[in-house]
Amino acid sequence: MASADIDVEYVAKLARLALSPAEVERFGAQLGALLDHVKALEALPVADVAATAAVIPGTGTGRADVVRPCLDRETVLRGAPQRQGAYFRVPSILGES
Amino acid sequence: MDGVLDLGVREIAEAVNARRVSAAEIAEAALSRLRERDPHVGAFLTVTEDLAREAARRVDERVAAGERPALAGVPAALKDNLCVTGTRTTCASKILENWIAPYDATAVRRLLDAGILPLGKTNLDEFAMGSSCENSALGVTRNPWDLGRVPGGSSGGSVAAVAARTAAFALGSDTGGSIREPAAFCGVVGFKPTYGRISRYGLIAFASSLDQIGPIANSVADAAVLYETMAGFDPYDATTVAREVEPVSAPLREDLRGVRVGIVKEFALDELDPAVRDVYAQAYRDLERLGAELVEVELPTAEYGVATYYLIAPAECSSNLARFDGMRYGLRVEAADVGATYEATRAAGFGDEVKRRILIGTHALSSGYYDAYYVRAQKARTLIAADFARAFARCDVIACPAAASPAFAFNAKSDPYSMYLMDYYTIPMSLAGLPSLSVPCGYVTPEGAAGPLPLGLELTGPLFAERALLDAANAYETGTRHAAKHAPPPLAEALS
Repeated sequence: MASADIDVEYVAKLARLALSPAEVERFGAQLGALLDHVKALEALPVADVAATAAVIPGTGTGRADVVRPCLDRETVLRGAPQRQGAYFRVPSILGES
Repeated sequence: MDGVLDLGVREIAEAVNARRVSAAEIAEAALSRLRERDPHVGAFLTVTEDLAREAARRVDERVAAGERPALAGVPAALKDNLCVTGTRTTCASKILENWIAPYDATAVRRLLDAGILPLGKTNLDEFAMGSSCENSALGVTRNPWDLGRVPGGSSGGSVAAVAARTAAFALGSDTGGSIREPAAFCGVVGFKPTYGRISRYGLIAFASSLDQIGPIANSVADAAVLYETMAGFDPYDATTVAREVEPVSAPLREDLRGVRVGIVKEFALDELDPAVRDVYAQAYRDLERLGAELVEVELPTAEYGVATYYLIAPAECSSNLARFDGMRYGLRVEAADVGATYEATRAAGFGDEVKRRILIGTHALSSGYYDAYYVRAQKARTLIAADFARAFARCDVIACPAAASPAFAFNAKSDPYSMYLMDYYTIPMSLAGLPSLSVPCGYVTPEGAAGPLPLGLELTGPLFAERALLDAANAYETGTRHAAKHAPPPLAEALS
């Protein structure tokens, strides 16, 4: 199994989570300890075992692609942190130009 | 009038349908009791008085028109990760603190159609991640059996509301034990059906392959009728099963003759505190006295359950919670650019336990670690499910403790892993998707406790064997009668 070392700053970047230096230290210690416990799984003979994909076989079926009523725009936009007319207002993703 | 609130859910509905009492009267009595009791317990994050009154008005109209709704006028508490139209739905998180749900969860919709009165939304560990309710960002919930102790979690507010007799029943959600462990801590019945029995539509996702909604009630018979009302295929949740739901509200069995109850060899009672051990040993003897044949079964992989779960559940959580980015709903913390806004929003919006799980899950799914962590855990999950399949060839129901201890004091588990171990007995069943419940089985009085604290017996059945499981639980419950009939003494004292 992989090293129990976890690069908290790198993982936080992947997870889009800003952490303070104190959090990096605290979470690093706590998650390192958790990964030490998880190492116990190395003792299991899993080489020939199939990974569980769905715990109940045969579920996850599709349904007919039929147009149905959905939430109206006004209801959905009511939950938006910021809106502009009929749109969500979000920060620029391409930089100012 | 107030006394009707202490009846079972079917008796309340019967009284309303026979027009001995109106749903409107029940709503007022329940809201008044809630205002009196909940300040001591803190089960509710939001009280939905208007919703309860409006539901009561509709029930009374239906009854006047000759309808007989199955749950007419039954006061209910709903875990605050379940969407109810027009109602604040927070997941006990700052990131959703002011979010108003625009639709109903299917399970809630089915109960509303059956006539329940929703009193409010209950506290939980943030995003259902925890075993004590202490991870809530929005409030403290106390155990009605000892106000200095936790109610368990994550469905802590729901079990506390039922134990305090503030609501006749509550809905919880269970991912690794979040219905069963708190139900044990608060001396109520908590039932997690087979994965796929109850639609998860409108349940805010934590770990989608494990999450399951279930009822929390004062009796097995109540849990059964609630389950039956909610269960069944839902086009809005592709993981619900199309299989027929066996009726369970018809009278349940009251004996265990011919039932083989599996006792798990690896869950040896001598590892427990002696007083706790004695209660469980007595519970096993009671099962036998009621006619069950006890057989030893082996679950050799179950001890790996916690390690397996703490890779799979965080992996799914890290993916599910990626949607909370401050763009379309919930909290937004503006920063220099869009990336910094994501990071600042999530930093401010999530609490420590949620952050830990997002981090560990992201790590377990990241390039170079995916096979070693996530895939290996999913293989371990296969082995755990296979253990249960072998065990159920030899028995009909498995009995074991729901938790290794009674409710603990606030701040007693400062190390995250010691908290994770609280779900040692509930996680394996969740990984295998099995129907499982906790039913009160006795009391212990640890040093420093305000009085006796309840323990729960966990009973688990094979996939889709809800009827057999509820039969066994009902037989145990009626043959032992450990459940409290009124609000626990410490709460009664606080009220006086």
